[in-house]
Amino acid sequence: MRLFLNLLRRDVLLAFRQGSASGMTVAFFVITVTLFPLAVGPDAVILARIGPGVIWVAALLSALLSLDRLFQADFEDGALDLLVLSPLLLEAVVIAKAAAHWLTAGLPLLLIAPVLALFMNLDLEAFGILLLSLALGTPALSLIGAVGAALTVALKRGGALLSLLILPLYVPTLIFGVSAIEAAITSSDPVPSLLLLMAVSLVTLAISPIAAAAALRLALE
Amino acid sequence: MRNPLFFLTGIGYGPAMTTGTMRLEAMKLDCQRGGREVFSGLNFTLEPGEALIVTGPNGSGKSSLLRLIAGLLTPVAGSLHWQGQAAKSVEGWPGHYLHYAGHLMALKPALTVLENVRFWAEFYGRGAKAKGACITLGLENLLDFPVRYLSEGQKRRTALARLAAVPLPLWLLDEPTSGLDRETTERLETLMDRHLKEGGMVIAATHLPINIPGSRALALGEQS
Repeated sequence: MRLFLNLLRRDVLLAFRQGSASGMTVAFFVITVTLFPLAVGPDAVILARIGPGVIWVAALLSALLSLDRLFQADFEDGALDLLVLSPLLLEAVVIAKAAAHWLTAGLPLLLIAPVLALFMNLDLEAFGILLLSLALGTPALSLIGAVGAALTVALKRGGALLSLLILPLYVPTLIFGVSAIEAAITSSDPVPSLLLLMAVSLVTLAISPIAAAAALRLALE
Repeated sequence: MRNPLFFLTGIGYGPAMTTGTMRLEAMKLDCQRGGREVFSGLNFTLEPGEALIVTGPNGSGKSSLLRLIAGLLTPVAGSLHWQGQAAKSVEGWPGHYLHYAGHLMALKPALTVLENVRFWAEFYGRGAKAKGACITLGLENLLDFPVRYLSEGQKRRTALARLAAVPLPLWLLDEPTSGLDRETTERLETLMDRHLKEGGMVIAATHLPINIPGSRALALGEQS
């Protein structure tokens, strides 16, 4: 646990020292969402209708933005060798790095989302559910992303392939995330969708560290 | 049997690493990279206090051998034993037993020298002496300097400071002296010498002459 927290702290520290990473993710998120009112027109009803979907799709894409470097930097400078050899289980290394990714790329999205919801004229009553759905769903984005990042770690330009691998796997998160907000807007019960969203995140927490660790071991051979 | 100098030097191995029974044994190791045979039928044994200097031309498998011992590569055939037990089944292998210093230095340019050393030191051992290790390697004036601005040799020293910070019995060093000036090479030799005297083991792959009294040489031949 001590090693786990050390690694987590280092990754968050690195993200801050190198600046940009979190800032870029948030800026990308904001710009993507603001493009929609410009493209669709300022019709408040249409915006409110597409709002939840737009915010969630933009969140998926923003999370993807910084994923390709998740393991690659460590792979290139040899740190991954030392992490594999260290007393910390490689699966725990994956979780620590995914958690750092969530803290630097998922959490900021959560903080800025209410502002964007205002842009999209989202029902005020749905704000709580929007935040809850993002809070429950974005960890899955980081965890599934870790598998893709591990599979493409040895590729020089793995970013595009990473998107192809990962985006289809984001579909369940997207569906349940959006349907929870829709339910809140139409005043039906959002709880089943939120529970399913949480289930998706928990399943990925169980499976993706194992898959990502296996992919990393393969990449180092 | 514990290292008798333990109390004087403050460096010693944990209870699992008593020097008396330590022994690394390679039996008929075969290594292939990309379908090409790099070396085959490699045997050696290493006892506490012994150093093995691996030499050979480029591509003869020096780095592969070190990665193989560390467990980053799997041998096609043959086995590696630690204290008479298959290395992979030893509890805590490899994290609690060996330092691997490859030619990639695992340093983060955005962190300072001390932060880099401390991170790895704490990762490999509890209560590690990161600062003292930096001073051993002559980095005392660079502690708060971001690694980004260091020269190659200074980076190499920062990477090697880990060895001094955390006492682990087996050191696997890949070209440890490349980029180091004469003085630092001597510091490193002193460090290795002390490690060996305390019952440690060193396997170093190198092109450059390195002065370790009583070391054995292992020449990997050309196979192409």
